[in-house]
Amino acid sequence: MTSIGKPLRSFFEAEVERLLDRLYGTALRLTRDRTDAEDLVADTLAKAWAKLTDLRDRQAFEKWVFRILVNSFISERRKQRIRPHEVSAEAGCGDEAFSLFEKVHQPFLLWWGNPEQALLDKLLREDIESAVEELPEEFRLVVIMVELWGLSYAEAADTLDVPVGTVRSRLNRGRSLLQGALWRQAGEAGLACGNAKGGVR
Amino acid sequence: MTRDLRCEEVIDKLLEYLDQELDGETDRALARHMETCRACFTRAEFERKLRARVNETGKVKAPETLRRRVRAILDHY
Repeated sequence: MTSIGKPLRSFFEAEVERLLDRLYGTALRLTRDRTDAEDLVADTLAKAWAKLTDLRDRQAFEKWVFRILVNSFISERRKQRIRPHEVSAEAGCGDEAFSLFEKVHQPFLLWWGNPEQALLDKLLREDIESAVEELPEEFRLVVIMVELWGLSYAEAADTLDVPVGTVRSRLNRGRSLLQGALWRQAGEAGLACGNAKGGVR
Repeated sequence: MTRDLRCEEVIDKLLEYLDQELDGETDRALARHMETCRACFTRAEFERKLRARVNETGKVKAPETLRRRVRAILDHY
C-alpha cells in the first residue's frame, strides 16, 4: 500500500475494534480451531488494510471485510486441497427437510406451556456452536454468510461465485441439517422425546 | 389485492421471508397471513429466535494474542 492518511487509519482501527469479536467468532465457526481462526482473521485484516484505499463506500466495510475473510478461508482450503464438495458429498443428498419446530410439536411429547421456547431456552450455546461446526463446509459457509452476517442470497452467490439458486438450496439443506443436529443433541441431553432427564415442557 | 395464501404456501416461503428475499407483493402477502394465523406466526417467531441463537455463536471475544497481531499489522505499514 502506498500511504494511508491518519483519518483512514482511524476509520480502520475503529471498524476493526467494532468487528473483531464477530470476525474471530466467525473464523472459529469456519475453521473449528482457535489457532487457525486467529491466523484467518490476521490474514484477512492484513489484506483489508493493504486494500483499504480500494474501498470506495465506507458504509460497505463490514460486508467487504467479511467477504475477504470468506475468500481467504476458501483459498486456504484450496491450498490444502480440501474441496467443499469432497467434504460434504455424503451429506448433500438423501434426507428430507428437517424442521425442529415440527418435531417439538409431535404429539408424543409431554408438555404444557410453550415447548418451542422451552427448547430454545434449554439449548446451550455450545450445543448450537457444535451444530454449526458439524455442518459440511459448503453448507456451513452459506449458513454463516446469511445467518451470521446478513448477506443477501445474491451477495453470498457473488462471494462464492455460484448461482443464487445454489445458495438457496445449500442454505435450505444447511438449515435442515443444523436443526436435525440440534434435535439430536436435545434428545441426547434429555430435553426432548419424553426423556426422563427432563424433557421439553 | 393479491389472494390470501394458504399455510402450506407460507411455510414453504417462510425462511426466504425471514431472510427478506421475497418480492414486495409476496412479502406483504406473508405478513398479512401472519397477522391472522397464529400457527404460522408462532412458527415464524420460533425460526426468528433460533436464528438469533445461531447468530450469537458468531461472536466470540478475540484473544489478546490476536489483538496484538492486528496492532502489529497496522504498525508495519
